Amino acid sequence: MSQSAMIDYLALYEKMHENNIMLTFKGEVSVDLVNSVLKIIEDRLDRIEEDRKTRKKVYNILVECLQNLCNHIDSTDFEVTGYDSKTALLIIETDMKGYSVVTGNYVPKDKVEGLKTRIDEINSISKDELRALYKRTLNNGQFSEKGGGGLGFIDIARKSGQKLKYTFQKVNEEIEFFSLQIDIPKGDKEEE
Amino acid sequence: MEIFELDAKNHTPYIKLDHTTGIMELKGRSTPENSVEFYDPVNKWLIQFINEAVTIPVIVKLKFEYFNTSSSKCILDVLKKFAEFKKTGADVKVEWYYEQDDDDMKEAAEDYSDIVKIPFEIIEIPED
Repeated sequence: MSQSAMIDYLALYEKMHENNIMLTFKGEVSVDLVNSVLKIIEDRLDRIEEDRKTRKKVYNILVECLQNLCNHIDSTDFEVTGYDSKTALLIIETDMKGYSVVTGNYVPKDKVEGLKTRIDEINSISKDELRALYKRTLNNGQFSEKGGGGLGFIDIARKSGQKLKYTFQKVNEEIEFFSLQIDIPKGDKEEE
Repeated sequence: MEIFELDAKNHTPYIKLDHTTGIMELKGRSTPENSVEFYDPVNKWLIQFINEAVTIPVIVKLKFEYFNTSSSKCILDVLKKFAEFKKTGADVKVEWYYEQDDDDMKEAAEDYSDIVKIPFEIIEIPED
């Protein structure tokens, strides 16, 4: 790579620092990667987070987000022209108020409405209703191949106590990019 | 039949199913990537246990630190097996331990106790 083509890496690094990024990853998501990231973050949390409850929540939510992502990537059978369809984005941030887990992945257009409806429903109901929905879904006897069966988003919403933030951005006529942001407040700080 | 025992790993719990004492224990983490596969031998053992019509009071001791949602369905399946065993007239109870202040785990225990027809005792482990 020639000198003139170099990216300003210091600026990139500083930008990441300003955004309190603990870990960022862009690439192919595999089971091994998921396990490595979990190990890294768990060790980090043990050092930086004093509150056991928060530590558990962050770890739990991260497990759910990463396994969701991994299952999704695993079942990816579409091609994104000019992109690598098996890759995804993961960002873990922390500041004084709490932690955020961000995932980003490609989704075929025909899955977008279903996902939106599902997340909007979860975001629109109360804590008690969320718990009831979890119980119903748990007990409906449906298993996905590996066990999940539609509990992931509900569990993440319950444990974080926050609305699930998301966007879909158009990539081309067939594919959209799905970004999901989970905020996890420290301690007992519930959403205002 | 033989006692079922499995060591804990990074993402899977310690399990001991003992038909001679009636103590059935699962503890630690259950966050395997493929829970259905992981819990399959547990279910198979339980089916055999029920079929052998062992008459022994059973205490199911659950002490999870974490579990993922794919395990949660499998844990329900396991508990349903014990409910089935209880239907044969056997004495079955669940002791669900959770670490102090772990409200998420306490709620999870309550959710299971609502679904499964087995007496539940939900027990807090004090912080050391």
